[in-house]
Amino acid sequence: MTDEANSLSRREFLRGAAGAGVTAAMAGSAIARAEQPLKGGHLVLGLGGGATTDSYDPATYTGPVPINYGRLWGENLIDTNETGDGLMLVLAESYEAIQGTRVWRFTIRRGIEFHNGQPLTADDVVKSLQRHSDENSQSPAFGVLRAIESIRQESSHSLIITLKDGNADLPYLLTEYHLIIQPGGGYDDPAAGIGTGPYQVEVAEHGVRHLFRKFPRYWRDDVGHVDSVELLVINDRTARASALQSGRVHMINLIDPKTARLLGRHPRVSIQASPGRGHYEFYMRTDTPPFDNLDVRLALKFAIDRKEMVKRILHGYGSIGNDFPINNAYPLFPDDIPQRHYDPDKAAFHMRKSGHTGPILLRTSDAAFAGAVDAATLYQQHAARAGIELQIKREPADGFFNNVWNVEPFVASYWGGRPVQDLMYSVGYKSDADWNETRWQRPEFDRLLLQARGELDETKRKGIYRQMALMVRDDGGVIIPMFSHFIDAVSTNVRGYVRDGAMELSNGLAPIRCWLS
Amino acid sequence: MGIAVNPLITMVLRRIALSVLLLAAISVLIFAGTELLPGDVAQSILGQTATPEALANLRAELGLDRPAHQRYLGWLTSFLQGDMGTSLTAGQDIASMISGRLGNTLFLAGWAALIAVPLAIFLGLVAVHYRDGFVDKLISYTTLAAISLPEFFIGYVLVYLFAVTWNILPSHAIVYSGMPFAERMAAIALPCATLTLVVLAHMMRMTRAALLNVMSSPYMETATLKGLPPFRIVFHHALPNAISPIITVVVLNLAYLVVGVVVVEIIFVYPGMGQLLVDHVVKRDVPVVQSAGLVFAAIFILLNMIADILSILANPRLRHPQ
Repeated sequence: MTDEANSLSRREFLRGAAGAGVTAAMAGSAIARAEQPLKGGHLVLGLGGGATTDSYDPATYTGPVPINYGRLWGENLIDTNETGDGLMLVLAESYEAIQGTRVWRFTIRRGIEFHNGQPLTADDVVKSLQRHSDENSQSPAFGVLRAIESIRQESSHSLIITLKDGNADLPYLLTEYHLIIQPGGGYDDPAAGIGTGPYQVEVAEHGVRHLFRKFPRYWRDDVGHVDSVELLVINDRTARASALQSGRVHMINLIDPKTARLLGRHPRVSIQASPGRGHYEFYMRTDTPPFDNLDVRLALKFAIDRKEMVKRILHGYGSIGNDFPINNAYPLFPDDIPQRHYDPDKAAFHMRKSGHTGPILLRTSDAAFAGAVDAATLYQQHAARAGIELQIKREPADGFFNNVWNVEPFVASYWGGRPVQDLMYSVGYKSDADWNETRWQRPEFDRLLLQARGELDETKRKGIYRQMALMVRDDGGVIIPMFSHFIDAVSTNVRGYVRDGAMELSNGLAPIRCWLS
Repeated sequence: MGIAVNPLITMVLRRIALSVLLLAAISVLIFAGTELLPGDVAQSILGQTATPEALANLRAELGLDRPAHQRYLGWLTSFLQGDMGTSLTAGQDIASMISGRLGNTLFLAGWAALIAVPLAIFLGLVAVHYRDGFVDKLISYTTLAAISLPEFFIGYVLVYLFAVTWNILPSHAIVYSGMPFAERMAAIALPCATLTLVVLAHMMRMTRAALLNVMSSPYMETATLKGLPPFRIVFHHALPNAISPIITVVVLNLAYLVVGVVVVEIIFVYPGMGQLLVDHVVKRDVPVVQSAGLVFAAIFILLNMIADILSILANPRLRHPQ
C-alpha cells in the first residue's frame, strides 16, 4: 500500500469514499520516503512559549509548548495531512456523512491502547468530545464544537455526531489541537497526560523541562522514531538560538525573521520556513466613522505597500495578502482573484471622493504581532505618499486583546488561521461572530456561508468561496498586507522534517516525524 | 557584655516587628499593583480567542467575580494560617512550587557568593597592597568595566564564547531534580560567572576604600615603622577595623544575588524564583505573585537586618555603647 493512497484528498472524502481501505500508515512524506528513517536516539527540543502555569489538560492549551507536547502524548481522531490540502485519519478508521451533512458516523480503530493499558473505545472518544463541547466548558475548542447537537456512542467502536445544521467541514473541525482523545474523556484527571500518542510522559516540570519515553505498544510504525524526546522550555530567543548553535538542542521554534538568515549561516543549523495560514492585519470597524464610508476603506487598502511589508517586517518569510483572510494554504482557495497592489493615486482618489479630511488614528502594539509597531510606522509612510495622514498610537502589550482589540475602530491584529475557510469566516466575518472585528454585517455573506457549508459539490463550493472572498476584499473592513511563515530551525543531523504549515514545527509533529542521523 | 547584649536584642526585636509591618504593607502594594495591570487571569489563561461564556465560567470558578478587597482579605487570612493557597492558572500548591524554585535560586546565589565574596575581598587586599600601581589600576578598571556592563550583555558574551564558539559549557542552565552534581555545576557555571562579575566590583571597591581609610591612620604608620610585614599589617591591623562597612556591602550584594537575579535567570533559562515570578505576573496569577514577592521582600529585609547586626558586632564602639 502506497502512502499516496493513505492520504485522503478532499475530493475522495466528499464523495463519501472516506476511509475505505485506509489503514494505519499515513504520514509518509517525499523526504521521508527518500531516506529510510533511523530508529533510536534522544531528541532534544528547545521551545519558546511555555510557562510554569502550563498544564497537560488539553482544554487549557494556548501556547506553543502545550500544543507541541500534546502531539507527543496524545492523538486526535483526524488530522490535516502534510500538504494541508486534505485530511489523514488517525484514531478514526473511517467516517461518513450518513444524512446530508448533518449526521456523521465515525468508526474507531481497534487494538489501540492508552498509556495506562486501557483499550481505546468509542466511549472514550464520545466523552472526550463532550468534555470540550459542554456549555460549562472553558475549552477554547468550544467555539468550534458549538455546532454540535449531540454526540452518542453507536457501538463499541463507532459513534454518531449530529450537528445543529449541516456542515461538510465537520471532519476538519475535529483536527483542532485541543481535541485529544483521553481515557474516559479525561473527566477524572484531565491533566494526567495519558493518551494514545507515541510517547508517554516521564518527567513533567512545567515551564522548565519535559521528558517523554517511547510508548512500547504504540500502534504506528511510520512515526515516533527516536527513543526519547526531551522538551526544554527556553523562552528567551537568544538562549534558544545559542542552545541550537552549540548543539545542546536539535530543534527550536519561534525564530525572529530578522535574525533567521544569520542563524541559518551556522554550519550545524538549517532554517525551516513553512508557509502558513497566519496573517497580519489592520482592521477597520465598518460601523464607526470614518470607516463606515467604503471610499475611506478602499483608500486605506490601496495605501499600503504589501511587498515592502513582507520584505521589511517579515524579511521575506511570508507572502503578500489580498485583503481577504484566505491564502493557498487552504483547501478550495479561490486562486483567480486579482491581487490588490499599492496605488497611492487610487488611494488619494478614494480619500477625496469620501470627503474625509484630517488624520486617522491607528492603534498598534507588539502584542498584536511581532513587528506590529514597525509595520504601523511603515504603513504611515506608505499612506503619506497618498496624502493620507495616519497617526500611530502604541498601546501597552498587557491586556491588548482585552482592552484594545475588538474594541477600538482601527487596530493592528493577528489571526492564526483555521483549517478551513468556513471556520475562518464563521469566527471572524459572519455578522454575529464574537470576533467580527470589523462589525461588517452583510446578510448576503452569511447566506453564502451557510450555503457553502451544506454544499457537497466541490466546484460549486469553491465558486461560493470565491464570491465571499471578493465581498470581503472589496467591501469588508480588513486590510491584510501579509501572511507569515512559521520559522523553525533544526540541527543538520535531524532528518525527515516536513514543511507542514498548519502550525509551527511541522504542525507540531516534527518530533515524531523526524529522526536523528 | 551582659549589659551590651540587651540593647542589641531590643534592636533585633524592634527590627523584626517593623519587618512584619513592612511585609504587610508590601503585600498590599503587590496586590494593588497586580490589580492595576490591564487584563485578568481568566483572559490570560484563555487567550485572544476566548469565548465570553468561557471567560465568565472561569472567572466564577476562580472567584474573580468578588470585589478586590474581599479577595485580598481572603488571601491574607489563609496566608496567616500558613496556607499560601493554590495557583490560579495551574492549580498547583504554591508552597511546594516556591520551595523548589527558591532552592534553585539559593543554590545559584550560594555558589556565586562563595566565589564572589572571597574573590572580591582578596582583590581588595591586593589592590590596597599595590595601591595606585599597575595592579591596583588593572583590578579597578576590569571590575568597574564588568559592573558597568548590563548583566544580559555579559551573559550573552559568555554564552557566545564558552557555548557557541568553544562549546565547552552549556548555553542554558536548565537544572532538574535528580541531575548529577557535576552536570549541575557545569550548567550553572556561566550564570554563576555572570553574577560574580556583576557583584565583584562593588564589594572589591568597598574593601579597598575602607582599608585605605584605615591605612591612613597614625597607628598604621606605627605598625609600618615597627617593621611588621605588609600583609600582616593589612590582615591583622587594618582589616578588623575596616570590616564593618565591608560586611554591609557584602550582605547587600548577597541580597542582590537572591532577589536581583531575574534577568540572569531569564537569559540562562534557569528555573529559579525570578522566572516563576515573571511567568505568573504575565498570567496575573495574583496569589503566586503575592507569595513570591513576599519571599523576596522577606529575604531582603532579613539580610539587611543581618548586615546591621553583624556590623554592630564587628564594631566595638557600637558593641559597647557608652
